[in-house]
Amino acid sequence: MKEVRLADSEVVDVEIRGGIISAISTKITSDLPTLDGRGVLLLPGLVDLHTHLREPGKESSETVLSGSQAAVKGGYTAVSAMANTSPVADTAGVVEQVARLGAKAGLCDVFPIGAVTVGLLGEQLAELSAMADSAAGVRIFSDDGRCVSDPLLMRRALEYVKSFNGVIAQHAQDPILTAGAQMNEGAVSSRLGLQGWPAIAEESIIARDILLANYVQSRLHICHLTTKGGVEIVRWAKSQGMAVTAEVTPHHLLLTEDLAERYDPIYKVNPPLRTHEDVEALRAGLADGTIDIVATDHAPHPAEDKDCEWNAAAFGMTGLETAFSVVNTVMVQSGKMDWQTLVERMSAKPAEIGGYKDHGRIAVGSLANLILVDPTKQWKVDRSKMLSRSSNTPFHDLTFTGEVLHTFYRGVHVMRDGQLTGLKHE
Amino acid sequence: MITSGHLLSINDLTRDGAFEVLDTARELSRITDGAIKKLPTLRGRTVVNLFFEDSTRTRLSFEAAAKRLSADVINFSAKGSSVSKGESLKDTAQTLEAMGAELVIVRHGSSGAAARLAQSGWIRSHVVNAGDGMHEHPTQALLDAYTIREHFPEHDRDFSGLRIGVVGDILHSRVARSNALLLTSLGAQVVLIAPPTLIPIGVSSWPVEISYDLDAEIELLDAIMMLRVQSERMSDAFFPSEREYARDYGLGAERVKALKERAIIMHPGPMNRGLEISASSADSERSVILEQVSNGVLVRMAVLYLLMGGTAIPTEGVLV
Repeated sequence: MKEVRLADSEVVDVEIRGGIISAISTKITSDLPTLDGRGVLLLPGLVDLHTHLREPGKESSETVLSGSQAAVKGGYTAVSAMANTSPVADTAGVVEQVARLGAKAGLCDVFPIGAVTVGLLGEQLAELSAMADSAAGVRIFSDDGRCVSDPLLMRRALEYVKSFNGVIAQHAQDPILTAGAQMNEGAVSSRLGLQGWPAIAEESIIARDILLANYVQSRLHICHLTTKGGVEIVRWAKSQGMAVTAEVTPHHLLLTEDLAERYDPIYKVNPPLRTHEDVEALRAGLADGTIDIVATDHAPHPAEDKDCEWNAAAFGMTGLETAFSVVNTVMVQSGKMDWQTLVERMSAKPAEIGGYKDHGRIAVGSLANLILVDPTKQWKVDRSKMLSRSSNTPFHDLTFTGEVLHTFYRGVHVMRDGQLTGLKHE
Repeated sequence: MITSGHLLSINDLTRDGAFEVLDTARELSRITDGAIKKLPTLRGRTVVNLFFEDSTRTRLSFEAAAKRLSADVINFSAKGSSVSKGESLKDTAQTLEAMGAELVIVRHGSSGAAARLAQSGWIRSHVVNAGDGMHEHPTQALLDAYTIREHFPEHDRDFSGLRIGVVGDILHSRVARSNALLLTSLGAQVVLIAPPTLIPIGVSSWPVEISYDLDAEIELLDAIMMLRVQSERMSDAFFPSEREYARDYGLGAERVKALKERAIIMHPGPMNRGLEISASSADSERSVILEQVSNGVLVRMAVLYLLMGGTAIPTEGVLV
């Protein structure tokens, strides 16, 4: 790559040889094919800690292959496959199967997340150690989609994963306070007659789990933070030096509860869209580092699960192919965050939390997991052109700034000028 | 006029539009008051009663309204239908439209179901919301407004100065939501009276007053609307016992005595006698509950007529 700009604005040449970054310098003479880097940014490949790939079990919505293609298109070189598949990824056998499917797709790293409890039922710990020791090497455990609501079970899980430096990623949702809930509780829900989903149902679990994790000195990761109160609790915990990390999704950084107005379930998501004030707090939290990372919570669903009345519809939105552009538009172009911070939130820090050693940095000797982006190009989202098998994006017809043009996975040019190349890593 | 072509929410009606419905209903009442009950205005047109929840009285009221306008009525209820075999709302509605329906009256347990039918491009028919989940029940509010208007002729074109209490399960009530919007739009003061557990979070954005104290309010009201208390609310701990609810929020004989001289007692039905309303209150001379039922047919006729644009209303009853 010739004359490519890095996140810190330095312009360099970068050589990739044998899948490895072999040189970074202001002037490299090489016998390899070159790519003109003028006008684009070179960033480490993005890393997602929260991806629903639906395989095994829901291949009509997504497969590991189609999800990997969507990931590459969105600039991700690593995704983390959530455990709520069918069967649930609660044994070494299932997580190894997912890891194998990821390797077979060969487009990006697919790191399986293991379930915390057997069948996600919240009753009995899954065999966490066996999943950690498996070929999949699981380090992140989550019952995402459901909350580990039993405080004793949560305590035990946090304690147990310490022996192999695991982390519990909690879906913070008190199930009793949210029974039957459909959207954020407040003025809009009261008017629309949709059952309210109070912010406190999220915040009370966050507060409880921060205290539990600190008590047993373990690592807690909070999935998809959505409320101002949650941001403030995490900010307090960090000020006390507690080991907690948190994520926010692109859709919660942009969309608000008002979108439920016409009862179109494309805007139905768990946790729900919140208020404008919450969105502002999430943006501020992401900018100042209270929120460590952006995670997509990419949740594909077939059309029939959204083409129905609100209550009958599935929760969730796709996000892999739009995440970079949404975050760029909302956070970087608006001046809230610089490029280095975007890299930190979308690549370096998620790689660190997950222990994904080959991701999150651009350095001589490291694997070439890289993307080239045009930071100012405007494009309009078209749900019919998604590589995901599902088209439940809430961003259809919206125009964003910034587009991923090239993705390199282990040095292989898996996306060139916005098109997947069909090349696979050997 | 109902410009959207649908009646999904009271918000589909301007104040003038609401008065147009009420005036049309009054005109229909005048014409059908004599021996001739049936008008030819919707002859040859088909309406569907699409009911996903049991509600015999609302369905019958719409059916009577449509038949008095000479429309053909198809009744569809979810029980024993393809819905119980997993057919979607979309498929059901499209099937009925393919059978010739021009207007769909829908009752559904999911808030927004009527709006989805009208706005998703699934069907082209007019849609009338006959109750959607906890959202709205606009024709109920219209019949309530009609009833109030008949009892307070000095407020014929303006409800300002009327104070109307809605008592009970506001949280889950589509009747309360529609009435709060309509009655305040017509100029009335509306006060919602309930224990705090049955008042929605976010109610401060509604154009109403809130009270937890029925006894403090009762002597100020021109109309008191008692809402049905669902038995499952008690098991969900919204209040401790039926006895305590009836004591604090039930309309018994003592409270009826405290009402203003001309105040009326309303209930959307079906009643739980002895819980939210005592038998003596329901049957008292203040009660207008049966008038509400009759007026329901009239306002539903008016809504169907205005939406489907039937031939002009004859000035006198005619044989059909």
